[in-house]
Amino acid sequence: MSTVQIVFLFVGFMILLAAWMMVSRSNLVHSALWLVVALFGVAVLFVLLEAGYLAVIQVLVYIGAIAILMIFAVMLTRGDVESLTHITNRYAGWAAVMGAFLLFGLVIVLGQWPAFQTTSPEAIESANPVLDLGMAFVSPDGFTVPFIVASVLLLAAFIGAIYAAFPRKKGE
Amino acid sequence: MGFLGDPIKFIGDWLKSLIAPLNLPPVWETFLSTLTSVIAVASFGLLIVIFLIWVERKVAARFQDRLGPNRAGKYGLLQTFADMVKLITKEDTTPETADKVVFNIAPVLSVVSVLLIWAVVPFAPTWFGTDINVGVLYIAAVGSFGILSILMAGWSSNNKYALLGAFRAVAQLISYEVPMLIMLMVPVLLASSMGMVDIVARQDMWFIVVAPLAAVVFLISAIAEVGRTPFDLLEAESEIVAGFHTEYSGMKFGMFFAAEFLHIFTVGVLFAILFMGGWRGPGAEQFPLLGMVYLMAKSTVGYFIAIWMRSTLPRIRIDHMLAFNWKFLVPLSLAILIVTAILHKLFAATTLYIPAMLVGNLVIFLASLGALRAVAQRQRKQRKPFKKRPVAKAA
Repeated sequence: MSTVQIVFLFVGFMILLAAWMMVSRSNLVHSALWLVVALFGVAVLFVLLEAGYLAVIQVLVYIGAIAILMIFAVMLTRGDVESLTHITNRYAGWAAVMGAFLLFGLVIVLGQWPAFQTTSPEAIESANPVLDLGMAFVSPDGFTVPFIVASVLLLAAFIGAIYAAFPRKKGE
Repeated sequence: MGFLGDPIKFIGDWLKSLIAPLNLPPVWETFLSTLTSVIAVASFGLLIVIFLIWVERKVAARFQDRLGPNRAGKYGLLQTFADMVKLITKEDTTPETADKVVFNIAPVLSVVSVLLIWAVVPFAPTWFGTDINVGVLYIAAVGSFGILSILMAGWSSNNKYALLGAFRAVAQLISYEVPMLIMLMVPVLLASSMGMVDIVARQDMWFIVVAPLAAVVFLISAIAEVGRTPFDLLEAESEIVAGFHTEYSGMKFGMFFAAEFLHIFTVGVLFAILFMGGWRGPGAEQFPLLGMVYLMAKSTVGYFIAIWMRSTLPRIRIDHMLAFNWKFLVPLSLAILIVTAILHKLFAATTLYIPAMLVGNLVIFLASLGALRAVAQRQRKQRKPFKKRPVAKAA
């Protein structure tokens, strides 16, 4: 086994453990902190795939936003977070059965997927991958249209948020 | 060249010759050399804090017309060591109702988030931890661990003042991240690279000359990001005891303390790298040690301004703090970015480049002053006239 494989197995195990801990904790803030561990593990996977830009963006966008998520977790739940939260209800058994079926189906379907048999291609040799990414976003034969559509969508959400938060006069 | 010109290479070669007879596989050799450099950079960062605390206390004392530490050792140089011994020997308490694991991880995370920045700092032409092509983004990314550590500390303390401090911290740090990130774009734009090594290499003319307003806005928002006076609302001692670290004692408090002192110096280092040419200076290419000296000397500029602001300005109110960011710094930084981008495209590689940039900055500066003036005048008109208050009569 190569070093990369050992690191991959270790990180993959860490992500799965953190993800399990995240959904099984009854304390919301602990869940958020386990989510940080899982997301950080994904960032490490991006580094292993030689996608440094994606790794940094993963940390910046997702882990940076966790702090705000934690604030909402604290503010929107009651003071005694632990004793009032039930993480399962009476449908838990049915959900487990259905989940197992879904997993079984996915394993069968994905097992026939030919991409599993092929070895992954080598990373594209590039002097400056970030420059290539930037050019792909703005060049006409690249991803200009999706990039602009995403920007317009975000702008619309931004304007909507400002409109919703704007103080109105009485009677409007 | 020898030891004095490039001591790091000298020591590195010596260490390599030391492990050569062991015939380790190359993977282990890389691992060992990386580990050694990581320990060296992290220790340098932590050791410099001891000196920085003394510098800050001395400088702040001069601002306040005092002498500062002057008993322990020559010029009080040993004062910080005495304080360290005191901090280490103090009882290390964890509150009964605290969330113990989170409570104990938080101070470590806060030191780590600052030390991680030093991984991409180019100290000299050949000395840098790592040169990743997204260095500037990396700095912003590891900063989010700092916010997280403060929130973890505040929440896990199970203390209302600590939680208030943490909430304030998140509101402040998330807000001031916006102008700081936009201003980080300016050196990236001018150097057309996000790597720290490249940004230093492209600064034949310091970026502070080409984009002075960007440098100022970056410094202000970076100081706010550290949470220093006048932006120290997260630990405002006259309002919320000590904010997020109210419940911490001993070395755990010491870690938050060290992280803050190291962070403010790191801001100075980043300011020097991004806007003042980093290690560049006469003879730095031949003698890397000289480059290190230049970088540290330049870093003291931003650092001194931060201490200066700290000992001169009072703490600002929380609504003013947020309004100053969202209504002034964010629009200003967007305007700077757009104008810099257009002028850079139009005038790059012409003789008019620097004058055009300076005129552009001057126009933004005057326009923002005019806007501030108009807003202040409007507010003054809207304000109700003061009622005449009865003056107490002498009996």
